[in-house]
Formats: sequence, structure tokens, C-alpha cells
Amino acid sequence: MAEDKVKKEKVGRHQMPEQAPEVRRRNFKEVPLGYTAEMALAEASRCLQCKKPACVEGCPVGVPIPEFINRIAEGDFVGAILKLWEKNSLPAVCGRVCPQENQCEGNCIVGKKDKPVAIGNLERFAADWARGRSEVPMPPVKPKTGKKVAVVGSGPGSLTVAGDLIRKGHEVTIYEAFHKPGGVLVYGIPEFRLPKEIVAAEVNFLERLGVKVECNAVVGRTVTVDELLDKEGFDAVYIGVGAGLPRFLGIPGENLMGVYSANEYLTRSNLMKAYLFPEYDTPLVKGQHVCVFGGGNVAMDALRTAMRMGCDDVKCVYRRSHEEMPCRAEELHHAEQEGIQFFYLHNPLRFIGDERGWLKAVELQEMELGEPDESGRRRPVAKAGSTKTIDCDMAIIAVGSGANPLVTATTPGLAVNKWGYIDADEAGKTKKPKVWAGGDIVTGAATVILAAGAGRKAADSIHQHLSWGW
Amino acid sequence: MFQILSKTELAQGTVVANEIMAPKIAAKARPGQFVILRVNETGERIPLTMADSDPKRGTITIIYQVVGKSTALLKSLNVMDYIQDIAGPLGRPTPIEKKGTIICVGGGTGVAVLHPITRGFKQAGNKVIGIIGARTKDLLIMEDKMRAATDELYVCTDDGSYGHHGFVTDVLREQLTKLGSEVKEAVTIGPVPMMKFCAKVTAEFGVPTMVSLNAIMVDGTGMCGCCRVSVGGKTEFACVDGPEFDGHKVDFEELGRRLTAYQKQEKEAMDLYQHKCSCAANQ
Repeated sequence: MAEDKVKKEKVGRHQMPEQAPEVRRRNFKEVPLGYTAEMALAEASRCLQCKKPACVEGCPVGVPIPEFINRIAEGDFVGAILKLWEKNSLPAVCGRVCPQENQCEGNCIVGKKDKPVAIGNLERFAADWARGRSEVPMPPVKPKTGKKVAVVGSGPGSLTVAGDLIRKGHEVTIYEAFHKPGGVLVYGIPEFRLPKEIVAAEVNFLERLGVKVECNAVVGRTVTVDELLDKEGFDAVYIGVGAGLPRFLGIPGENLMGVYSANEYLTRSNLMKAYLFPEYDTPLVKGQHVCVFGGGNVAMDALRTAMRMGCDDVKCVYRRSHEEMPCRAEELHHAEQEGIQFFYLHNPLRFIGDERGWLKAVELQEMELGEPDESGRRRPVAKAGSTKTIDCDMAIIAVGSGANPLVTATTPGLAVNKWGYIDADEAGKTKKPKVWAGGDIVTGAATVILAAGAGRKAADSIHQHLSWGW
Repeated sequence: MFQILSKTELAQGTVVANEIMAPKIAAKARPGQFVILRVNETGERIPLTMADSDPKRGTITIIYQVVGKSTALLKSLNVMDYIQDIAGPLGRPTPIEKKGTIICVGGGTGVAVLHPITRGFKQAGNKVIGIIGARTKDLLIMEDKMRAATDELYVCTDDGSYGHHGFVTDVLREQLTKLGSEVKEAVTIGPVPMMKFCAKVTAEFGVPTMVSLNAIMVDGTGMCGCCRVSVGGKTEFACVDGPEFDGHKVDFEELGRRLTAYQKQEKEAMDLYQHKCSCAANQ
């Protein structure tokens, strides 16, 4: 046993090959290229197969990690994907965009002395391997219960709810406002991090299980939650519409042309494929001097998209310092490699326009860190007398999202808090009978996997309600 | 997919009316609301206001002016063809109630949007005065329908080829002077400069004025903020807070500028599209 362990430590974590920074900064192809079967086998053999796996505790949807990795190690890739599907309907997505370093891999015992087992990479490998292979059987679906569930929105939380409930035998229909399903996975996360054909394949997987997807259905306008319950005969509704309300800075000049919300910039480039203009009809302005305001994952996506759109001068302007950046370390690292400049401890004061109403410069206030605020991070305070004006003909605001009121305002009986987020308990139960909610519209903007985790809990609760009336 | 049931060309083919099968939207549509459509897989999402809806037939009617590639592409579709995506009804409906006398002013294709609102005010028991205008007689649309929906209708052309020789604002001023405080509200829908000047005139008379704004949009559900407009110094989203706003508070200069944001790309796309069409025609 001890010998075995020593041997495993020597192997070291297998890095996933990726496009070189100087190449990838100008294309929209995926950055990491994926494991070969040999790499996956070797990486899987690093897993200690712990009896009490700490990694699983770190996973919001409880993926049976040692079991699926063991199957990969044995070369049983079909077995691996079936294990993953037991707890996760979106393994190809989660393998790519989950912050594994804070979850499964953060808990990995191998990681105490060496680098943790690359659980995310292995999950991605198993899902990519299985995609389109006819020999991979569909997971089992329970006999029909005759109960109908409507899922509002088609982001990661909603897809999880749909996947869980369809397999428990309930009928599921997803209502999506956009023309394509996937929510933030298609409009927000860029192609180079999450290829859209992979999202389409994950949705297609659910459709093959029997989930119906209705696009162009704006709940709150085309149909209301009450109509779904009373007229369309649904027994339960899950609201997973995300935090779709862009926050702006509220400073002068914000309506100049050339100023975008990150939501708009990313929706144009991802969902509408503006990077393929004029082959695709949706345009996007190409800036010479781009500033992205904010330091989260969305800011990183906007920065790296702007770089790929052909701009050489792309700056991240963040009011705190490097240490407080809320984005994943890997995203920041990728952005730095691709030549993004970082303006830490700067806060925008006003946007300055030219005579035609286009943005041409931005005035920044230098900041310094003071005492910690309620978030525990040191509060940035203005440094007296030090402002500067820099060239900027495109600005992208990525300082978070709020609650979009379209569904909540048209659903009487649904309680919301003072920020407009839906009041729901741990299981996603809202104050309105037969209505559950989860993800960003309950918690505020968070991650794909937390939304999926909320979806899992809500799906369990909905299933209990439909089965026993709890 | 949404099937086109009828296609009528108006204003010498510069304006097209389509009746489209869209039962779910038709069931909900109210005057003043709009849809966002995408003609085909590579198309952009464009907002178009609805000129009519028929819940019984399950249809909506859109009337649009051909101004760029997307509308040219839409015009290339014929009866029985399908539009890839239509989402709606979007935006807030016009608040229609009995108030007294209402003046409805429309210019260009704005008349198409104005018509169901005008009809709504008439049906609610208001005395409705209509004023519609166009550059020249041949570009005027929906005169008959507007006449049927109003108690009095005045027609203006910029070049004097039909009706009053001059702008809608001339007749608006005349009517406001004549009717005084009898006029409880004005609704004005059309090109940005027309709405701006109409709102200026009604402000002189202290008549509340509603305008319908055609900002550039992407999602139409308040998610992206592309359609932001300044109203009374506050930023609003035309797609969810509007499209109708208090005309006395709208920053029309900013709206006019923001509508030009993609002029260069729009021209590039249109040139390429026309080039492809002429190549195909030559083959």
C-alpha cells in the first residue's frame, strides 16, 4: 500500500494540452484541447479510491467521483459516463467550467502533498468521449408518473432539474425566452471556454430522454407562471431564470456609444456569433482601446473576447488589488498569458465622448485599500488628488447582475427580498404553492455548478411533492 | 418556425405588411407591444412593433420599412415561407382608458404602430383626432384604416403632393390651438425627429404626450441593456420599461445618436447582401 502510494505521487498530475497563448488570443477555438485516452488512463490511476471520499463532499451535485474515475482507470469509458450521468446531466459543461480547485479537487487527498487528481479534466474526458457514440446506452428512465413539470429558463440549474425529473418519470417542458436553449451557457460563457456545440449536445441528451424544450417563450409575457399551473395543467413550476439584469456604474457618459454591459457584449458575440460578422448578421463594434470594468469571471470572459475580436490594447480595470480578484485563478492566468493588461486599484469616474456621441476616453480615480468591509475584503478608498484620463473607445461594464423582474413581477404570491431575488428555502420551495426556484434568481449571481446544485435540491423536493404531496 | 400567411407591399414596396401565424403571441398581444424576430439561423434579433393581432385566427401582423439587410431578408420571404424565431409580445401595453379627446400623430411606418393604439382609444369612448404624414403621397400608409379608427383624420405630406403641405407638427399645433384644454393626451409615433418636435409642440400646450421608442435591442427582456434611453435624466430600458415613455422627458438627441451605432456595419452587411442577390440574379 505504502509503495503503491509513493509510485502514484511520482507520476504527477497530467496537464491538459492547450492552445499556445499567442495563437489562441486571436481565435475563438477552445483553449484546453482535452485528454487523450492514454492521458486519461494515467491520470485516473492517480486516484487513491478513498473509502470516505472528501472530493464528493466538495461537489454541489454529489458526483460519485472515485467510482467514475475507477472506471476510466479500468478503460471502461462507457461505465464512467453512466456513473457521471447518475448525478450530473451536464458533465461536459461541468468538466469545463466548474471551479474544481475550490470544490472536488480542493478536497482531494492526493492534493495534500502533490497536485490533486484532475477530476474536472477526467469528467470532461469521459463526457467528450461518450458524445455521439452509439454504443453508449441512455441512462434508465423510470415509468411515467403522469405528472407534469414546467421549467422556466434553460441555464445549468434548469437543465439539472429537467434531467433529474425526467429520469424520475415526470413529464418536463423547458420554457426559454431566447431562440436557443442553454441560458448563460450559450449567451454568457464564450465559445473558447465552452463550445456551443457541447451545450447543444447536452441539451440534446435531455431531449432524447424526453424533455421538451420550447424556445421563444418569454415567461411573464408569452405565458405566465399562473397560466402554466392553471391552464396548461402543470403540477409544479421551477423558476431558474438567472440574474438577468445588467448592473451599470451610474457614472456620467454611460450611454455613450461604445459602452456595453458585459451581458450585451457577450450575448452579441456568443449567442449571436458577432465574431463571425458579416457571415452572421449581428454586429459588434471593434474598439482600439478597450477597458473592461470588474474582476470576476464575466470580466475575464469579456476581456478575452475583446482580445479575440482583434483589439491589441485590452485593459482590466479593477478597483481593488490582484489579491481580491473574485475570478478563478485559472481565468486570470489565461487572461494574463493572452496579453491583457491589468489596472488594479483604479475606479472609473466618468466616460468622455466625442462630438458624435462615441466614447473616446475614461477618467479613472486611483484607489488604495483601507479597512475590510462586510465582505471581508479590504475596502478600496479614493486616493486624494490622483486621477488620470486614458484613451478608451470601448468600455464593457462587468460589475455583476441584479434580479430581472420579468417573471417575479408577473407572478402574484411569489415573495421576493429587497433586491428582487426570490424568497426560497434550502430545497428551493418558494412562498407560492407548487412553485420552486433556484440559482442566481434566488442567491444572486454565482456559478454554473451552484445553480446545478440548487437545481438538484429543488428536483428532489419537487419529486417528493409530486410523489407524496409533501 | 412561424409561417407567413400574407404579404402586402405598401408605399411603393418600401414598406411590407405580413400576417404571421403565431397563436401564443396573438393570444396575448395588446396595442403598443412588439415582437423580436430572427429571420433565419444567421440572422440578428430585430424588434418590430405589431400593427395588429387576431387571437381567433392565431395571427399577428407586422408592418416594417425595408431599411437594411435584416428587413430586406424578411421582405425576400413569401407567403407560406417561415420566419425562424419570433418572441413576444414584449414591452408594456399602451395604457388605454377613456380620457376625453386624444390626438394621435403618426409618421412613416410609425402609423402602423399607431393604428391599434388609435383604435383602442376610440373603442374606449374617446374622441380621437388623427394626424398622419409622409414625405410624399406614395409613401403614405394605412390612410383608410386610420380614417376608420378616428373621428377626424388629417393627412400631411412634406412635398404637398397630398393633403396638407407641410409637417404633422403644423396640424398638431392648429388642433391644439383650436381645441385647447379639451385635449387630454397626445400619442406620437414615428421617426425620432418627428416625435421630438411633436413633443415640443405639445409641451407648449401642457398636453401629456406619449412616444414609442425604437431603440436597438438584442434580447428584449431587460437582460442586456442595449436599448437604454434617458428619460427625465434616468436610464430606462426601452424593451421592458417601455417602449412608450413620456415624450416631454425623453432625451431624443441621445436616442438618435445611439440608433447610428452600427451604421457602418449595417451598410457593409447590406452591400454584401445586395451584391450576392445581384450575382444570383445574373446566373
